[in-house]
Amino acid sequence: MSLEIRDLHVDVMTESGPKEILKGVDLTINPGEVHAIMGPNGSGKSTLAYALMGHPKYTITSGSVVLDGVDLTHLAVDERARTGLFLAMQYPVEVPGVSVANFLRTAKTALSGEAPKVRTWVKEVNAALASLDLDPSFSARSVNEGFSGGEKKRSDIAQLGLLGPKYAVLDETDSGLDIDALRVVADGVNRYLADGTHGVLLITHYSRVLQYIKPTVVHVYMDGRIVASGGPELADRLEAEGYEQFEARADA
Amino acid sequence: MTTTLDAAPAVSSHLHPRASWDVADHPTPTGREEVWRFTPIDRIEPLFLDALSGDNLAWETSLPDGVRIEPISRDEARERSVEPPADRIAAVAAHNAGYAALLTIPEGLELDAPIVIAGTGRDDHVKEHLVIEVGRRARATIVLRYRGHAQFMAKTDVRVGEGAALNMVLVADWDDTALHGGQASYLVGRDAQVRTVAVSLGGKVVRLVDTARFDGPGGSIEQYGLYFADAGQHLEHRLFVDHNEPHTSSNVDYRGALQGEGAHSVWVGNVLIRANATGVTTYEQNRNLVLTDGCIADSIPNLEIETGEIAGAGHSSTTGRFDDEQLFYLMSRGIPAAEARRLVVEGFFADIIRRIGVGELEEKLMDAIRDELAVTVGGAS
Repeated sequence: MSLEIRDLHVDVMTESGPKEILKGVDLTINPGEVHAIMGPNGSGKSTLAYALMGHPKYTITSGSVVLDGVDLTHLAVDERARTGLFLAMQYPVEVPGVSVANFLRTAKTALSGEAPKVRTWVKEVNAALASLDLDPSFSARSVNEGFSGGEKKRSDIAQLGLLGPKYAVLDETDSGLDIDALRVVADGVNRYLADGTHGVLLITHYSRVLQYIKPTVVHVYMDGRIVASGGPELADRLEAEGYEQFEARADA
Repeated sequence: MTTTLDAAPAVSSHLHPRASWDVADHPTPTGREEVWRFTPIDRIEPLFLDALSGDNLAWETSLPDGVRIEPISRDEARERSVEPPADRIAAVAAHNAGYAALLTIPEGLELDAPIVIAGTGRDDHVKEHLVIEVGRRARATIVLRYRGHAQFMAKTDVRVGEGAALNMVLVADWDDTALHGGQASYLVGRDAQVRTVAVSLGGKVVRLVDTARFDGPGGSIEQYGLYFADAGQHLEHRLFVDHNEPHTSSNVDYRGALQGEGAHSVWVGNVLIRANATGVTTYEQNRNLVLTDGCIADSIPNLEIETGEIAGAGHSSTTGRFDDEQLFYLMSRGIPAAEARRLVVEGFFADIIRRIGVGELEEKLMDAIRDELAVTVGGAS
């Protein structure tokens, strides 16, 4: 039981042809673990998140992603989600005219194979929203439309709690949040982790979030690959000394 | 009580052909004229026929207490009209209508229930002239609904009195063999509020011309449209809002989806702000969602401004395929591709449908859109 990423190579399509962004990523996340990925801007952190979820802009050219024994590499986005993968995006997408309630019910139905029970479901949705400090009125609003940056992030984490995927990739969920919102979001992630059956890949630019979500492992990620891994103390070292010390290794 | 607008200064623009009651002033279009260049002349030709027809649609009406509908003479209809016909279809319709009808909503009458006028074609060739008069401070919703097969030509004139509020919904849900053309002219009274919602789902060729102008300052008109063009269908909406009075506002929002070989939509939105019309607010937008290859969406906004003192004016037009990011987001939550597309299209139209304000009709239209989508996008799982 684990999320195993093996020698993952990923291209992005550009105007001048395919360009390799991920250059061999290896990572194993076990249930109950939080793996933090830290790296400078432009190192391809978001590409890793998108490629894992199967965004059409990115192509896995070699390597594999296996979730609890199921090879995701050639599955469609929705099939990956139904296998148990979740992505909280750095910029959650607005879907005008589709209410949060309709979206969540449709997602829950697709994931569990049956429509949720009307009576308990509405309560569950409201509780999930409330736990992220979102008013029940968000149910009636269009998905992410007119939400503030922080509300979008909180809505994504409310979905995490409600949909309960096996593994979650959180792509810079902490960026753009003030300290109060960061605590609310971290509490949501910690509740999701509480029973030890879920794993998290936490992609971040700042070590601040790691004060609230305790990482099992910290990986330093540069130029499309992991160049160093260690315990939580590695994040402190990055904060104090920056990424320069790892640049030589990335070039190697 | 009526104001004659024939005296309104003509606009020196190719966008606004000379209006006239005389059919002879509207020669049969060739397709080379600016206003006809998108229309499939060969397919719409039966609507140019200048001949009387005794046919009629099978009408079902629902009239709340206090609302009257009565036949009037052709001359009386002309006198009560907002403006003469702008094109041959409207001219032919008004000239050859068996009789004209006058729908009256008396002054001050506030209606909660909609006025419903539903016509079903049974292979008929129908010409019609309908005049609607909404009294001062009245409030009403009118639903005009068309079904079946027909060749249908209509001239419609709507006078909305001072301070009144009219919600006018037109649903062209014809069989895919029907031809429908016509002109609807709105005169918006001082401080009156008019909202129109045009829904075009069926018909082989539908060509609707809407014009609006104001009878005093402070009026507003909002025009919403929803169309779904299938293979071989031509759905054309041409709008002209004439800001001839100061402190008036207009907002136009038409959205369409196209699917199948030869599906063709045309949207032309013209707005004129005259020199005397200061403090005007106007915005018009058209958005098209192209679901398959082989479709054509023509979309042309025009804004003519003759004054420097406007409160706000703008327009936008977008035509595109599904937004990959929206589909990705929905699918990343386990929603299958077909259902994600269905959600996005429903969402695209939801903003228009909710303007209708008649709950039962809103639900029926959402169902109709789901049926249309089942053709290419796939049904609900």
